[in-house]
Amino acid sequence: MARARRNADSVSLQPVAGNGLLDRRLLLKSGMVFAGAMSTGIGGSIASAGAEPLAVESWSKSIGVPPPPYATPSPRAQIARIVSDTSRPGTMQARTPHHRLDGMITPAGLHFVVARAGAPDIDPDKHKLLIHGMVKQPLIFTLNDLMRYPMESHIRFLECGGNSAPMWSKTPIQANVQQLHGLLSCSEWTGVRLSTLLQEAGVDPKATWMIAEGADGITMQRSIPIAKAMDDAMIVFYQNGEPIMPWNGYPMRLLLPGYEGNMNVKWLRRLKLTDTPVMAINESRQYTLLLDSGKAWRFYYPQEVKSFITRPSPGMQMSSPGYYEISGVSYSGHGRISKVEVSADGGKSWGLAAMQGPVLPKALTRFRMPWNWSGQPVVLQSRATDEGGNVQPTRYQLIAERGEPRGTPPVGGFPMEHVNCISSWAVDAKGAVSHVYA
Amino acid sequence: MSMLKTIVFAAAISCVSGTGFAADAPKFGKPITDADASAWDISVSPDGKGLPAGSGTPAQGAAIYAQKCASCHGDKGQGGVSPALFGGQGTLKAPAQEVLTVGSYWPYATMVFDFVRRAMPWNAPKSLTNDEVYATVAYILSLNGIIKDTDVLNKDTIMKVQMPNRDGFINLYPGKF
Repeated sequence: MARARRNADSVSLQPVAGNGLLDRRLLLKSGMVFAGAMSTGIGGSIASAGAEPLAVESWSKSIGVPPPPYATPSPRAQIARIVSDTSRPGTMQARTPHHRLDGMITPAGLHFVVARAGAPDIDPDKHKLLIHGMVKQPLIFTLNDLMRYPMESHIRFLECGGNSAPMWSKTPIQANVQQLHGLLSCSEWTGVRLSTLLQEAGVDPKATWMIAEGADGITMQRSIPIAKAMDDAMIVFYQNGEPIMPWNGYPMRLLLPGYEGNMNVKWLRRLKLTDTPVMAINESRQYTLLLDSGKAWRFYYPQEVKSFITRPSPGMQMSSPGYYEISGVSYSGHGRISKVEVSADGGKSWGLAAMQGPVLPKALTRFRMPWNWSGQPVVLQSRATDEGGNVQPTRYQLIAERGEPRGTPPVGGFPMEHVNCISSWAVDAKGAVSHVYA
Repeated sequence: MSMLKTIVFAAAISCVSGTGFAADAPKFGKPITDADASAWDISVSPDGKGLPAGSGTPAQGAAIYAQKCASCHGDKGQGGVSPALFGGQGTLKAPAQEVLTVGSYWPYATMVFDFVRRAMPWNAPKSLTNDEVYATVAYILSLNGIIKDTDVLNKDTIMKVQMPNRDGFINLYPGKF
């Protein structure tokens, strides 16, 4: 105990990296240390806080609103997804407002959505799952049948393969974190192991693929390698403890932890075991990566190691120089995050960020970094590394791999897939935050 | 320890049910025949598996297209609120601005059949008969100059269609992942 306190007391208030990044242990240790830091002059606004007489507000002198059967956040919080224009046919989208959230869990009502034909209105009493193809015995399950198998819960992120595609532009698109990186969410999912059901049907050892298909209007399908289906794949019914939202797959969806979002087929109705991929539109047209050579990658499954800063982030305005906490999210489709580094000088120097526990595999890990902003222009970046040693690449490294962006897409465009490069947020001398390439 | 738990669990179940069955893994799936599953079995792969009987010509497809597709994809397939269905050949290599269509990018004619049958038209998916799907796909392929206006598309002829970008893809699985 005493030793811990000495260590805490010894945390240096000198920057650990350029432009005022401070030691993450300021956050990890007790509030005592933090108070000590504040008293040294960091965050000079404390002394200037006005001491106006306290008022007793109207809400302290009246009866409040009774709870509705299902509550939503205060209208005063003004938190909402950006949703796509539905006045014309096309994929319906909603993006998670990461710049307004904290922690690791995405509220179900703010989960991202990419739904080509909207959410089907499925009667759970009529919903069924068919397992057929290269199996000993084709089987049909009702939803009730499926929910009688042993259940498990896991916190896992889902990310669209096309998330962050606006980064693939000749010039930095001025949009906020929600628009740039909002096709990413993280939930607690509860359901049954897929391998249990596949074993019951008796998978032919020659089967190498599983076609998963939804019950929605366009009946979306994807081919899944059998190894993934037998590994950590699940059929899930609950999202953060409640029935899955209609747009996220009610009454059930496939969950393939770490794999690109659309493979986690929503409204799942059918699994067909085969020895070839079906070559669906969503695996040999959409979700392909066109390279300089004119050839394109397909079957790019894992969402690679990635992070981005959510606060401060583009569109925000810093109020004054002084103490701030830089905060963001990190994740990897390959496993746990092992470290996150933050730079305030465009990548010249880096300091280790504090990681908010629990640090789970294939889940969002919140990171935090104490920072004393001098008021000078800076460029903020974060760089994540996962337990497999995969390091988040720079934008220039991705370009070297795939070729220069060929144009400047609209914010909602998808000129590239699997864009996991480092994001750069510039803070100017007036405290305005914008998206830059650095 | 776990063995003891298992035994106790089995005994408890046989006690309650009175039938004496073992506490095996639950099995709730019900057998179903391929015939009974056929209405859902709509996947068509490049090897031709899943292709149904039926046929259609570009001319027949043009009439269906005008009625059910043109409002979104343009009266000649040139695109509108939804993507163009032809063009873009020669744009895949940098630095050209890529235009990805059935003709320039889609590698298999079976993919077009599969997608049109399951997902189009936008406001009434699965409303086309198999003959109508063959005809509509034939019209789209003819717009791209991939088949002739006089060709008939059916489950045999569609397998002979050579899509220009058939060899344009690099599979990252298996291999990289």
